[in-house]
Amino acid sequence: MSRTRDGNEHDGLPDPALPPPTVWEERGISRRDFMKFCTAMSAALALPPAFAPKIAHALDQVKRPTLVWLEFQDCAGNTEALLRSSHPTVAELVLDVLSIDYHETIMAAAGHQAEEALAKVTKEQKGKYLVIVEGSIPMKDNGVYCCVGGRTAVDIAREVCGNAFATIAVGSCAAYGGIPAAAPNPTGAVGVKEAVPEATVINLPGCPLNPDNLTALVVHYLTFNKLPAVDSHGRPLFAYGKRIHDACERRPHFDAGQYVEEWGDHGHKKGYCLYKMGCKGPATWHNCPTQRYNMKTSWPVGAGHGCVGCSEPLFWDSMTPFYRRLPNVPGFGIESTADKIGAGLAVATAAAFAGHGVISGMRHDKGKPEDHEEA
Amino acid sequence: MAKIAIDPITRIEGHLRIEAEISGGRVADAWSSSTMFRGIERILQGRDPRDAWVFTQRFCGVCTTVHAIASIRCVENALNITIPQNAEIIRNIIIGIQNVQDHVIHFYHLHALDWVDITSALKADPAKTASLSASISEWPLNSPTYFKGVQGKLKAFVETGRLGPFANAYWGHPAYRLPPEANLMAVAHYLEALEWQKEIIRIHAILGSKNPHPQTFIVGGMAIALDPDSQSALNMDKIAEIRSLLKKTRDFVEKVYIPDLLAVAAFYKDWAAIGGGVGNYLAYGDFPMDNSGKPEKLWMPRGIILNRDLSKVHPVDDKKIAEYVDHSWYEYSAGAGKGVHPWDGETNHKYTGPRPPYEFLDTNGKYSWVKAPRYADQPMEVGPLSRLLVAYGAGHKEVKQAVDGVLAKLGVGPEALFSTLGRTAARGIETLLLAAELPKWLDQLTANIVGGDLHIHNSERWDPKDWPKEASGFGLHEAPRGALGHWIRIRDQKILNYQAIVPSTWNASPRDAAGTRGPYEAALIDTPIADQNKPLEILRTIHSFDPCLACAVHLVDPAGNDLVRVRVL
Repeated sequence: MSRTRDGNEHDGLPDPALPPPTVWEERGISRRDFMKFCTAMSAALALPPAFAPKIAHALDQVKRPTLVWLEFQDCAGNTEALLRSSHPTVAELVLDVLSIDYHETIMAAAGHQAEEALAKVTKEQKGKYLVIVEGSIPMKDNGVYCCVGGRTAVDIAREVCGNAFATIAVGSCAAYGGIPAAAPNPTGAVGVKEAVPEATVINLPGCPLNPDNLTALVVHYLTFNKLPAVDSHGRPLFAYGKRIHDACERRPHFDAGQYVEEWGDHGHKKGYCLYKMGCKGPATWHNCPTQRYNMKTSWPVGAGHGCVGCSEPLFWDSMTPFYRRLPNVPGFGIESTADKIGAGLAVATAAAFAGHGVISGMRHDKGKPEDHEEA
Repeated sequence: MAKIAIDPITRIEGHLRIEAEISGGRVADAWSSSTMFRGIERILQGRDPRDAWVFTQRFCGVCTTVHAIASIRCVENALNITIPQNAEIIRNIIIGIQNVQDHVIHFYHLHALDWVDITSALKADPAKTASLSASISEWPLNSPTYFKGVQGKLKAFVETGRLGPFANAYWGHPAYRLPPEANLMAVAHYLEALEWQKEIIRIHAILGSKNPHPQTFIVGGMAIALDPDSQSALNMDKIAEIRSLLKKTRDFVEKVYIPDLLAVAAFYKDWAAIGGGVGNYLAYGDFPMDNSGKPEKLWMPRGIILNRDLSKVHPVDDKKIAEYVDHSWYEYSAGAGKGVHPWDGETNHKYTGPRPPYEFLDTNGKYSWVKAPRYADQPMEVGPLSRLLVAYGAGHKEVKQAVDGVLAKLGVGPEALFSTLGRTAARGIETLLLAAELPKWLDQLTANIVGGDLHIHNSERWDPKDWPKEASGFGLHEAPRGALGHWIRIRDQKILNYQAIVPSTWNASPRDAAGTRGPYEAALIDTPIADQNKPLEILRTIHSFDPCLACAVHLVDPAGNDLVRVRVL
């Protein structure tokens, strides 16, 4: 049993008594396109193709759940990423899938009236709406380093995230504090879970996040009526369950001991491993190699630059200098070595986070997300 | 007289707040404030200068390439590194398409709703919309059936009663002047532009691995190999894909964006006399046509126009730039009233209130996280308009032709450029020029590859052990929103000091030590306000700058009492 959008207890499946699927056709989307989208979604969610009809059924019944998008210490990179989402596209998200009632960068309303729209959601849909947070939350000096409408970010987050069904922290800033939290963290920036421990938070880190992982999460929620399983950093396993290094197209070159030694050299031209150029793929859990970016066009290591580890907590400090190869590598071309490096680094970042009390907070959080697995 | 507050101003990037005073239906005074601070310049101290671009890139996720470019340029300048021609061309293509995509998103998704009333589109006749569309462009999506479909989609959406991001806006405001058919056409293109921008920015993914925040920049060149005989490098297949995307880019700009811009502008010509501002225009120039680093080799020229005088273009000397913090939440060790050059810049934040939650800022004291940059103690406007005015003044052939063409079509003279409408038009003209120029740069890259030049990185000073003990440099760039500069000091292979003066620092600047207003503040003076409860006109002028921070607008009673906060739609 789990709580659904309407706030009642259900077994997780949509109610079969609801009217037959017509919603999408009414909105001018052909059945064929719709099923294509559902198939893409089941792939993104790492589900067998048989799940496509189930996703289709769930989406047909959707009454556009309310979503509000908050921006704090952010660069709007995740908002821009959302504009690049391909299935569904941002237009479909806005017009057909969700009711995005507040989003500073795209909304037509401004000022007091914009804030009123937000207040209306928190008041009238308490416990039922979704929140997306982009950007970190400064805690130092009573939170004066980020104000919207004269209120501090932490004040807004406590109210809006605290009353939501769930909060999705998009990008590494909202998830773990990100770049504002990099040493010496001048503003005392933290992620949402640390700022509002009582909120149900799921993290979609990345700098910015891959929008296809966000749409996949939304579809997962709409399909199963609950949040997906996450790892110890609050990241859904369907997108952060594998190390970059293990799915990397340059991996055979690592195993063969073929490395890029200098930018633009023979190895660089032929797609050799970027490990010696500082690639952090062996210590980073993210689906970049398979999901890729911008309609699956490319991804950093594929294009020729090392991974910077942007989906890992505190990566601005733990993964820098970016061009220094990961430490303590006794020999190249030995698969098990890189595995150990990755595991070691993960333990280090996990320890740093335990210090903030984040992991324990997530684990004892009202049974949601439903279960946890160690990465 | 009344005071109203708009907080936040939406459809911009970041957190900006403006307080203003209204008298007799016009803005009498205004204050611009940014309400967010992250301190990235402090975070950079002590780090590897080669990493700096990854950090500074996160200044902004909208103009997502610009701080990476300025950063690698400043490190290369400090270390005296000349990059290969191919790397320069690839950077130019990345910068060019960034500008084009950003300008189109700004027009349709951030600015258009200041001029376009979506709800009026429901009343449009699709057949008349089709005729209107066909009369201004040969864009093929112009049938009555197509516009009927768009209108039907909009209608179904409105009938759900849940307008999402389109709720609570200024719909029906008397300052909206487009006929329903033009509104419907604009709504259709709002949606088309969403699809288009996502597609064409794949050029960044091909050359830069992803967008936002492309990741193939490196000090000394680019981290994307060139090799026509490899599937892991930039080969002819990928170049052909870029070429086809550039064709799509140009098609949309020429057949949709520019016709729409001209059609909308024709209904709002009075805005060519509103929103002028400080009248000084600064452009660093960009698009190096070789790797010499010489300003005269820039495709968009460097220069300054003072007091709207297009007859003389003044040279730029970066030593004349200084930042003041007399009205910003920082303090200088040298004390108040002093301007500091960015190489000696300090980011010592000191918040002086008000304590949140607050209604109004203390505009007599410190009121913004933005510093006040000045050139020879003068405020400067930066952006597409500044670039075009400098190029126009300098006699740039293509720019002069394009600008004169648009002015003729609108039946106005060059003085119309110093305005809200001028800023919006300049953005379009620049997009048109870049869309035409980009394929030529791709041709150059192709020719180099064909000629056997696959050089992409200068590795001579990649290793920090080959660096001098101390070095300092600056990197200049024209971001979509204007002149951008990064300044770095390096000591013992580490960053000693790093300062950036970004376009919105110039434009959103608060008052300086002498009390001189910044460009937003000055541009708002005398703006007519039809309904002080719905100051749509303020949004028009602020959005015409394409702000890159989050803001809010307050209108303050000149008498200074009874600060009543009025609801603003």
